[in-house]
Amino acid sequence: MAVNGSSKLELPENVFVSKLDELASWCRKNSLWPMPFATACCGIELMATGASKHDLARFGAEVFRFSPRQCDLMIVAGRVVMKMLPVLQRIWQQMHEPKWCISMGACASTGGVFDTYAVVQGIDRFIPVDMYVPGCPPRPEQLIQAIIDLQDKIQREGTITGREFDTAGRQARKRALVEITSPLSIDASRNPVLQRELAAAAEAIGPRT
Amino acid sequence: MSIAPAEYDVTNRASEEGARSEDYLWTLNFGPQHPATHTTLRLVLKLEGERVVDAMPEMGYLHSGFEKIGEHLTFNQYVTVTDRMNYISPIANNVAWHHAVEALLGIDLTPRCRYVRTIVAELARISDHLLSNGAVGLDTGAFTFFLYAFYQREVIYDIFETLCGARFTNSYTRVGGVSQDFTPLVIEKIRAFLKTFPKTLDDMERLLTRNRIFVDRTKGVGVLTKEEAINRSATGPVARASGVTRDLRKDEPYLAYADLDFKVACASAGDCYARYLVRMQEMRESLKIVAQALENLPSGPVNVGIDQRMALPTKQQVYSSIEGTISHFELSMANRGFEVPFEESYAAIEAPNGELGFYIVGDGDDTAYRARCRPPSVLHFALFPFLIRGHTLSDVVAVLGSLNIIAAELDR
Amino acid sequence: MPHPCPAVDDVVAELVARFGPLETSVFRGQTRVELRPADTSDALRLLKDRGFDLLVDVTCVDYLEYKGAKHRYGLVYLLANTVTNQRLTVRAYLDDPDPSIRSVVPLWEGANWLEREVWDLFGIRFEGHPDLRRLVMPEEFTAHPLRKDYPLQGRGERHNFPVITRDHS
Repeated sequence: MAVNGSSKLELPENVFVSKLDELASWCRKNSLWPMPFATACCGIELMATGASKHDLARFGAEVFRFSPRQCDLMIVAGRVVMKMLPVLQRIWQQMHEPKWCISMGACASTGGVFDTYAVVQGIDRFIPVDMYVPGCPPRPEQLIQAIIDLQDKIQREGTITGREFDTAGRQARKRALVEITSPLSIDASRNPVLQRELAAAAEAIGPRT
Repeated sequence: MSIAPAEYDVTNRASEEGARSEDYLWTLNFGPQHPATHTTLRLVLKLEGERVVDAMPEMGYLHSGFEKIGEHLTFNQYVTVTDRMNYISPIANNVAWHHAVEALLGIDLTPRCRYVRTIVAELARISDHLLSNGAVGLDTGAFTFFLYAFYQREVIYDIFETLCGARFTNSYTRVGGVSQDFTPLVIEKIRAFLKTFPKTLDDMERLLTRNRIFVDRTKGVGVLTKEEAINRSATGPVARASGVTRDLRKDEPYLAYADLDFKVACASAGDCYARYLVRMQEMRESLKIVAQALENLPSGPVNVGIDQRMALPTKQQVYSSIEGTISHFELSMANRGFEVPFEESYAAIEAPNGELGFYIVGDGDDTAYRARCRPPSVLHFALFPFLIRGHTLSDVVAVLGSLNIIAAELDR
Repeated sequence: MPHPCPAVDDVVAELVARFGPLETSVFRGQTRVELRPADTSDALRLLKDRGFDLLVDVTCVDYLEYKGAKHRYGLVYLLANTVTNQRLTVRAYLDDPDPSIRSVVPLWEGANWLEREVWDLFGIRFEGHPDLRRLVMPEEFTAHPLRKDYPLQGRGERHNFPVITRDHS
């Protein structure tokens, strides 16, 4: 690298400059290690995605590891039922950051045709999900597309400090069960109607000690 | 209870130290999320060193209320749910379900439909055995065999996709018929498969059947005697590997099996290796069945006639005949549909995994009052603690793979 | 319509001689015998001795909303003969409260899990069963979901779990 008189940066051909964030994201997106949480039919299509014809190795995501400690992408393939959900949550918590989750198939995403007493109606009610794959079951091509899209997302949003994971505002929308806040904690500064109601409510409760 | 060799006397040492022998056992949890369970089973193993003293299987990690849904969907709608039952051979479940429904309703299928269903059921058997034997190979360290098997499954997927538009969950059958008739392209693809598959099957046999590592890991492991197989209600390849000759295709001929020439593959050893061999041989017999049925495929309609008011008439019939219009109207209206007797009946087919039957209670309308599935996997999984007792930990995956337990059929 | 096979007829006749008048019927070639719950265990032992050595299935039907039903639960035992390939269906009816029947695990090991499943999904107790626990539903589950008075979508048990978000995972 040499700086000439006009303070212009000249780089040799084999050096290029990037942000560290982008470099980290580039590394992460091209070395996804999936954790196949395969429960039902979608699991067979997940196997087909990894097997001879479709070959997931072409996209750098073929290193299936069955220990959650080694993985950074959880693919939930198949319906998750009441007895299985605590197991799913535990495995998700065992995975290290940065981690992502693909909900593969209609059953994992919404419960699918199984609107019954035992089936959880979408895993996104209970764990965060980054990418949904429609289909019952999705074709291997669809899963590969989802992985490519997830790679794009990691490249776009990834940071080396992992800030993308603790933006509370972004994640709050994904919660199915909204935490019920006390009426007094609502931000009413821009809503005069709400301000009046809150004042009335506060009067009814009485002065705080 | 000690099964260790004499020189390693656990009980004596335990009594010296004033502890019970069970203190030397250790417990290993296996599943419900583990690659060798293939799906969602859980085993709690009691080990003495590397030997399995006892195994406590647990299931229900995929129980989704299939039988409860069966009470809310009509006979034609429920076929989509049966797809998801034994999901490595969905089309065989379709055939089983509508076989049971037609037994309840008393429908006689057309000759062409019998043959068409026979062909797809046998192709499903081949794809099932490819995966189950491939999984045994995978678990005992033979990855190439698995990849060979999966490639052939893709060929069968392709045939099914040409046939009915879905490669995996086919929902192919209908009451009194099937959703799509065979087209010349389908027949051509099946012929091509018949021509190429035997060569691959030979290659696969050469890879594994006399492979020293594979034989050592499966021969003599998980032995099931004939008496125990009957006592514990085993069916299908698991029972036939133990010398039970029962095969519903021969014993209660349904569909077109009575017309076709084939043999029932049996073995007497009852171990994992015998189960592998039986499945390999069954694939060859299935090929014979498909070849014969395809050559003798009768012409004529594939669905029952419109006078029976069971299968939807073709567009041609709806637009050009009054009977077709009326039949279409009656079947489509919510308050019409089939006339179902207030009766109960059981009918089963020889599915790839064993006897797959449905006990259906009819209550007048076209929804079953109760749709009980007789799942072979439950009874085979119940065999597991009996088979594994006294073997080593590494045999667990071999036995589990050879039983071919499919969680969705297990838990329903 | 005559019975499909004379041997099945003989066995049914023997059952009638031993356990009194029984209701038998034939539908599409399937012979069904209805037994009193107290007799099932002995009758099944007799049938096993007469060659019906394969217990194909044990299941149950809840007749709560069935037209013309006299009893609440109908237990179904499907038997088969592995030599002659005949089949026989044995049924027994039970009622609330506390429906229970003798277990057939002493006769067939295969009945073990089938009976556990019936206990789990219908709440029918099998007396003398070695290990009568729930089979498919979680241990802490209280209802019996295949009963007709239990709704298809359940009573909200499927939503009763903690939520994990990005913030605390």
